[in-house]
Amino acid sequence: MSSASNATDAAVIKAFAAIPALLEQAPALIVRARFLDCECLLGPTGHPFHASIRSGRIVELAPAPVLMRSWRFAYRASPAAWAAYWQSEPRPGWHDLLALTKRGEAMLEGDLHPFMTHLQYFKDVLALPRDHFAVAS
Amino acid sequence: MSGYIEPMVGRYVHVDIGGETHRIYFEENGQGNSEAIPLVCLHTAGSDARQWRHLLADEEFAKSFRIIAFDMPWHGKSNPPASWNGEEYQLTTARYTETIRAFCRALKLEKPVVMGCSIGGRIVLNLAIDHAAEFRALIGLEAADFQAPWYDTTWLNRPDVHGGEVCAALVSGLIAPQSPDVTRTETLWGYKQGGPGVFKGDLYFYRADGDLRGRVDAINTKVCPLFLLTGEYDFSCTPEDTKRTAAGIAGASVTIMEQLGHFPMSENPEQFRRYISPVLGEILNQSKQSRQGVQV
Repeated sequence: MSSASNATDAAVIKAFAAIPALLEQAPALIVRARFLDCECLLGPTGHPFHASIRSGRIVELAPAPVLMRSWRFAYRASPAAWAAYWQSEPRPGWHDLLALTKRGEAMLEGDLHPFMTHLQYFKDVLALPRDHFAVAS
Repeated sequence: MSGYIEPMVGRYVHVDIGGETHRIYFEENGQGNSEAIPLVCLHTAGSDARQWRHLLADEEFAKSFRIIAFDMPWHGKSNPPASWNGEEYQLTTARYTETIRAFCRALKLEKPVVMGCSIGGRIVLNLAIDHAAEFRALIGLEAADFQAPWYDTTWLNRPDVHGGEVCAALVSGLIAPQSPDVTRTETLWGYKQGGPGVFKGDLYFYRADGDLRGRVDAINTKVCPLFLLTGEYDFSCTPEDTKRTAAGIAGASVTIMEQLGHFPMSENPEQFRRYISPVLGEILNQSKQSRQGVQV
């Protein structure tokens, strides 16, 4: 793996770890998911996080694997996909979670009910690093 | 400005479709000029004709075109017909084609231009295949003979998922990131207001019944010019889908629109105008030349 892709991977992991704090600064987004309690697996394909969501807040974000931790659904994408998704003006085809699944850069698995009932919430939560993301050069 | 009244007017016309009278709601602008070219606009699946409000209010276009946008039955202010008993709504190619032709006949439109977006773009291709001589020109926005599905439509209508929220959230990604927040929100509002199962029923035409692969080579653009315009951010009907479709149609015009997605006329009307203006100009010129040709 090249040093550039290593840097991208590290930057994506770091950006993901910051999402719960960014969400705390977005109360309107939390309110939209006020009825959502869910365990899910989110993040870069090789280094996902177990997210525990309670009333719309991410109360725990733990790097996988966690021994015998269950999840209802998983959304995992390549680090390159996250890096592209988080650009301030993403390129066509890299600008939406389902555009990424359609192009094969992301995988959506498991029981999709919580994801689909809160689809715009997950799109917006996972876009939170957009204004902050910078790949280490 | 408080008190400003927009130029389009809305009315109901009775249209016989499938042997039953339907009350169809339509809005129009530009009727004052008797030589105005009828321009009938078709909304996307699961939404309604409000998507065309910016085009309808365009003073320049209204000088030469009678711009008309109607709500399909089950959509917007066009209620389901009186005979509907709650059974599952499913739009078919035949029904969609019949509805458009019946609407044009009911308003006595002479050789209208039809411009449709998404499912409206797909049905425009079918009009070009089977009924080209009835139309002056056809414009397909986000149009292709087929496109690969990217989600399971059963999510659109089930009791344990809010239909309005999931419909809007699914299509939100089809809007270009550059589109203004206000028009993005308004575009999604149309999806939040759709009746239960209507978006899903429209997609029956799109996904199951209206596959036009292998048929578009029958289109003769000398009989009726065909313009295809697709937004670069549309990952449902991609620019590649449109280009592949156009490659099988001699004489079809293709434009890929930058900084636009699946809802060009509503998500970013200003940007869309840059692309549709030359197309309407070309249709207008062709129409003038045709009239002059008759006079000579």
